Amino acid sequence: MAATQTQTLKNGTFPHGVHPPEHKEFSEDIPIEVVPTPSKVMLPLLQHVGAPSVPVVKAKDVVALGDMISKGGGFVSAPLHAPIAGKVLKTAVSTLPNARHVQVIPIKADGEQLEGQALFDDVLGGEWSYEGIDQRDPQEITDTIAACGIVGLGGAAFPTHVKYTRNDEKPVDTVLINGCECEPFLTPDYRVMLEAPRAVVAGALLVARAAGAETIIIGVENNKPRAVEVLKQAAAGTGVQIAVLKTKYPQGSEKQLITAVLKRETPLGGLPLDVGVAVSNVGTAAAIARAVLRGKPLTHRVVSVTGAGIREPKNLLAPIGISYQELVDFCGGLNASAARIVSGGPMMGFAFANLDAPITKGTSGVTVLTAKDVRKAEETACIRCGRCVDACPMGLVPTKIALASRAQDVDLTQRYHIMGCFECGCCTYICPASIPLVQLIRTGKAQVIASQRK
Amino acid sequence: MTEKTFDTVSDPGMETPVIHVSPSPHLADQALTTQRIMLDVVIGLLPVVGMALYVFRLYAVKQLAICIVSCLAAEALFARMRGRALPLKDFSALVTGIILALSLPGPAPWYVGVIASFVAIGIGKAIFGGIGMNIFNPAMVGRAFVMIAFASALAASGYQDVNSSVDAVTQATPLDTFKQTGAVAPLSALFFGLTNGSLGETSALACLIGGIYLCIRRSASWEIPAGVITAAVVLGGITNLVDMDSGWTVLHHLFGGSLLFGAFFIATDPCSSPLTPRGKFIFGLGVGGFVMLLRLFSGYPAGVMFAVLLMNSLTPLINRWTIPRPLGAQ
Repeated sequence: MAATQTQTLKNGTFPHGVHPPEHKEFSEDIPIEVVPTPSKVMLPLLQHVGAPSVPVVKAKDVVALGDMISKGGGFVSAPLHAPIAGKVLKTAVSTLPNARHVQVIPIKADGEQLEGQALFDDVLGGEWSYEGIDQRDPQEITDTIAACGIVGLGGAAFPTHVKYTRNDEKPVDTVLINGCECEPFLTPDYRVMLEAPRAVVAGALLVARAAGAETIIIGVENNKPRAVEVLKQAAAGTGVQIAVLKTKYPQGSEKQLITAVLKRETPLGGLPLDVGVAVSNVGTAAAIARAVLRGKPLTHRVVSVTGAGIREPKNLLAPIGISYQELVDFCGGLNASAARIVSGGPMMGFAFANLDAPITKGTSGVTVLTAKDVRKAEETACIRCGRCVDACPMGLVPTKIALASRAQDVDLTQRYHIMGCFECGCCTYICPASIPLVQLIRTGKAQVIASQRK
Repeated sequence: MTEKTFDTVSDPGMETPVIHVSPSPHLADQALTTQRIMLDVVIGLLPVVGMALYVFRLYAVKQLAICIVSCLAAEALFARMRGRALPLKDFSALVTGIILALSLPGPAPWYVGVIASFVAIGIGKAIFGGIGMNIFNPAMVGRAFVMIAFASALAASGYQDVNSSVDAVTQATPLDTFKQTGAVAPLSALFFGLTNGSLGETSALACLIGGIYLCIRRSASWEIPAGVITAAVVLGGITNLVDMDSGWTVLHHLFGGSLLFGAFFIATDPCSSPLTPRGKFIFGLGVGGFVMLLRLFSGYPAGVMFAVLLMNSLTPLINRWTIPRPLGAQ
């Protein structure tokens, strides 16, 4: 690896997008706190993109922290590991915020638990050495990532080993580590960058080694200067570059990030791999470092519990499978002004009401919005002002697609490239007529898929 | 939407929050509404209205009052007939009324304004299904109707009243004078607007101030006036080169007649213009091109109305031609 000076690339950006209020102030300055071990966790068998995992434990089995409880159900899948020590209960069904009914393995806490500072040191704290990373066997790195159940922690939860497994037909020349965190309110990635920058850099070096990538760039929006500073220090002498990007939603979307940093266009319907890039979130990078360097599976993640509807907003290191209720209670409960509870951020997150549901690997936080945040006027007619066209980061014409979907005109939606939409919500955010554009486009996509099945 | 009342760890006696569920995104730009866009147009029109009041005095007061009241009344009437809630709060009828008044000659009789208003709102808009559904600019539909029905009131002579106490109205309009006699109005008079014409068209300065405000607010798309002006400059320039002796220069073409008023306030009506930036520019080029064509070769000295209506009819086609290339598409 070239030990060149850490370079800073400045002010990259992508066309279009919007500027929603950032509202990071609720939790950005609050250090990560470790949640006390809950009495019970529930682990959904499907909490990633791909095939559900297959249980390898049965009711009444005793498991220790980190024991595998289900194995991957195929190449694009990921195993699960016990985030607490305890006893396995009977398989149950739970409804996740995305409205999917999934099978879950519940574990009741029992015996001695790793808690507090010791747990923090095990997951994010302590020393992170870069030594020997460039000598490691690439195959071994991806095998460890797969065995440790690591998936993208930015939200999509795509199994990470799939991206970095060497592929001679589509080689990866650049690894992008995504520290943009463009969703309003959320701050887990920011806290990870501040509190464990060396874990992020170590993870980046590991996946670059695995994929054989020459270039490693960490992208951070320019509203997080402290994160840029600590990452620069952590990356000194490693060749890892930091790209400071303009703060604009959705900068954290992988296609927009690739455009902003590398000026490459991911083909419509294609993957970053098609342009020689692999993208992972900073939290994922830290989890990779923990897996490969410390041999620990993915059992915990950092989540923000934030918004004006929460009494005491916090950033928490929580076991995967803990219920949303316990996170909310640990943060003092809801304010009377709470109007909407969102899993994830307010632009792409899912509003839900079943707080008994467990958090998953892809849960980046809980945002509790108030009536003031979500106030929305009644829908009026489209006046074709074109603001949605100016906002769409994919260069689509949202109003045409949405109104064609409403009229169930599948051909017209496809002529306007409906499948290029990744539902970032810019158009709906900006629409002066308050038309639920994204929702209409979602239904339109379902119509397209249904028509293709025929 | 489902509702669920939460009994979380809140204080006893405290109100429990009511949680709603709805699809993402959960935030909206609350400062941006259709009403606000229309209000912007009214604000942008203020310099033009002010100049009209200054130059045409009572003529302007009368025409504005007639058209605004008639448009609002027409909107209320047609909403009632369609069994809809009163939509006056979106200001669009107010905008139509002001633009219509400003596009008429001051001395036009009262019933011209009234009829134009009812046609504008009724046939221009309500018939298509109200705001957002109309394919033609409502104010121009109204004006086109009275232009044909009351040809004399809107012909060149309709602008003139030699016995008027208001100076501007005693003269012929500059475009007409040029057409008839070849006499060229001074540029400064065209720029500041101390000439005869439709109420809103005379002052290029007022149109520029209001228009630039609209473009900065993005309540009008700059691509449209840019297209109109580009076409006018190119075609005006060619005309100049062909006929070097004419005193009517490119700047006269720009500042004279209703070119700028049309470019900034009429052609930019979002409902009847294309959606994409490229489409908007093409639309602007078309409007500018037709205006110049009509000015140079037709009997109508001012062609903005016809140019806008013609291009309105091409808008769906332009939208079809200018589907943008999505990020990553071939």
